[in-house]
Amino acid sequence: MHTIEVLGSGCANCKRLEANAREAVAVVGIEAEIIKVTDYGEITARGIMSTPGLVIDGKVVSYGRVPSAGDIAQWLTEAPVALS
Amino acid sequence: MTTIALRQARLPFWLGVAGAVIGWLIAWFVAAPLAAWFAFDLLGLEPGTHIGEAVAFFLYDVPKVLLLLLGIVTVVTLIRGFFPPEKVRGALVGRGELAGTVGAASLGIVTPFCSCSAVPLFIGFVEAGVPLGVTFAFLISSPMVNEVALVLLWGLFGPGIALVYMVAGLTVAIAGGILIGKLHMERYVEDYVWALQGTGGASIEMKLTPEDRVRDAWTYTRDLVRRILPYILVGIGIGAFIHGFVPTELVVAIGGPGNPLAVPFVVMLAIPLYSNAAGTIPIVQALLGKGMAVGTTLAFMMAMTAISLPEFIILKKVIKTPLLAVFGTIVTIGILMIGYLFNFLIYAP
Repeated sequence: MHTIEVLGSGCANCKRLEANAREAVAVVGIEAEIIKVTDYGEITARGIMSTPGLVIDGKVVSYGRVPSAGDIAQWLTEAPVALS
Repeated sequence: MTTIALRQARLPFWLGVAGAVIGWLIAWFVAAPLAAWFAFDLLGLEPGTHIGEAVAFFLYDVPKVLLLLLGIVTVVTLIRGFFPPEKVRGALVGRGELAGTVGAASLGIVTPFCSCSAVPLFIGFVEAGVPLGVTFAFLISSPMVNEVALVLLWGLFGPGIALVYMVAGLTVAIAGGILIGKLHMERYVEDYVWALQGTGGASIEMKLTPEDRVRDAWTYTRDLVRRILPYILVGIGIGAFIHGFVPTELVVAIGGPGNPLAVPFVVMLAIPLYSNAAGTIPIVQALLGKGMAVGTTLAFMMAMTAISLPEFIILKKVIKTPLLAVFGTIVTIGILMIGYLFNFLIYAP
């Protein structure tokens, strides 16, 4: 089970990023929970200032840009599978 | 197998980039003759007449402004990609007040910034220990020296005015940053901001290939141009009308160097035009051609991008009204001073 966090206040790019993340999860066919983080304190606590940010399994993989579904799919397959 | 597939995908990408560059250059050089041919030969309009000049202005300005936006915004965005705020912050932490302020103002030009990021940016700077004055130098300079405005000024008026615009914006940002630093307004930052625990300014690495960067820059530019296209067309239409029909005497009387109220008037006019800066530039170009004063023009351009009510409202979440008022006042007074200064320097007897 992977955790994907989309960091951003809800601007257009954040919504695009979330859609790409959902597409990537569907393409890769893994189980993942997508969480939207909108609290500014939580966003900056990750060291991110330019939104949208993308965090996979607790690791910041991108910020200030909207990676494609293909990029996210690649990161998802690279991410170590969480033991739970 | 994978490497072969990747290599094959790479070559057409860069071929596409090369093709786009060549196509851009060809379009740039044929736009003017094509517009003249279309207006004067195909439509049979007379050069020198009101309608002829207006139509030729419109037909030439549409491809010219679009090409400038597409070409140079892509390049500017590509360059800006190397200076994300996350990296800039690292460079500003622990600098002296003055060096930090000058650095922040300069980096404000190249660092991408949109008003939806204003709050995380502000919190990120402050919690990392960047002084308040330095943070504000950045917040003033980033929207004030607007890259789209800079590019269009360069393309339409030449490098001189573009450079003046940049230096003037930097000066206001540095002076404003120093002033806010000296006023010690830390208590007007919302208390929760100070309580936040961040990363202390450690920067996070993001690996991007050259292909990613070019693709990002192009996507950004395409979305931007698509969003502002209607405003640009309307702006060029109004500009064309002014160019062809509005008498020079009228423009000089209202916006010329002889009218001392022109500068505050255009600054007020500019406030609701925020986010339509690119669309108003063709109007400004036509007005300048008809005798509007250069300082007044500069003040108008800066007020459009820097006095942004949406941004002020967003910033209200992190700073209290007195600091917000000081910020707004510094930006407004700075712009007014620039307008009067350039009008004085250029037109004083």
